[in-house]
Amino acid sequence: MKWAQNILREIYGLFVDDGNFALAILVWLILMRWLTSRSVVAPAAAGIILFAGLALILIESVLRYARRKRQTAEINSNDPGR
Amino acid sequence: MDIGWAHAGTSIAASFFASLVECVEALTVVLAVGSGRGWRSALIGSATAVATLLVIVAALGTALTHIPLPVVQLVVGALLLLFGLRWLRKAILRSSGLIPLHDEQAAFAKSSAAMRNFGASQFTWDKIAFAAAFNITMLEGTEVVFIIIAIGAGHSGMLLPASIGAVAALLVVIALGALLHRPLASVPENTLKFIVGVLLSAFGTFWVGEGMHMAWPAADWSILALIAVYLAVALSLVPLCRNQSQGLPLNSRRSE
Repeated sequence: MKWAQNILREIYGLFVDDGNFALAILVWLILMRWLTSRSVVAPAAAGIILFAGLALILIESVLRYARRKRQTAEINSNDPGR
Repeated sequence: MDIGWAHAGTSIAASFFASLVECVEALTVVLAVGSGRGWRSALIGSATAVATLLVIVAALGTALTHIPLPVVQLVVGALLLLFGLRWLRKAILRSSGLIPLHDEQAAFAKSSAAMRNFGASQFTWDKIAFAAAFNITMLEGTEVVFIIIAIGAGHSGMLLPASIGAVAALLVVIALGALLHRPLASVPENTLKFIVGVLLSAFGTFWVGEGMHMAWPAADWSILALIAVYLAVALSLVPLCRNQSQGLPLNSRRSE
């Protein structure tokens, strides 16, 4: 069964390397599906809203990564014993 | 087989041009993936998708028409989107210096050396290139299958002309790919990865929207607008992240 686990892990790794990022994309897609199926959003505007949400998720994830990297580097430089 | 040439010719032309659009869309991504990550894995990915489609068509035949296209678009589009945005995110982080470029080159050199030590060929399996090429070919190929069925179902005996038109479009696109792959080799690797991320994200967004019955303002042409805005967002993120990465010690810029 280990080979099956390895295959599943490989497939998972293809689509996900930051769990929060992937989860945010999926939640946004599910939300958009729900909104469009109930005609809450006009079909003509839905595409733009879909893109805007995805772009915001990308921006937030990239900036969060950059901020975290900087904070970690600053903590390490202030603590030479590490 | 009593097929009027007018009907057959129209079916071939309609199928050819409709399939050409889908094949060119797939070619764009496969070319970028092949140039950026390696041709063999990308081509095997595309060929596997075409073979999978042929097996599905042979096994299901006209029963395929009962599978709702929006479901295929939504599922494959979502996978493409997860894949493309992940790729674009990494390309932005690499371009801004938060993830070093040379890590992947070192990893590639290391695995190539290991393969040679084991007496294997120099080919290293690139699952990312395979999956990207497989996904886009599968998605666009499914579209082509539906085009053939839609055009071929119009009149009896039209399935063959519709198939001929689609195969001709595929051959034209393969020839186009053979012509274009050499000029692409001179484009820097990370630029190509950036482009692939943008393309996959744009196609993924478009197909998910189609699967949700969204009305894109300019139909298929909206893909170009999506490519442009994803590119603009990604390019504007690079200097923002570069500001954060300035002054970081090199050992903190390890790969994810």
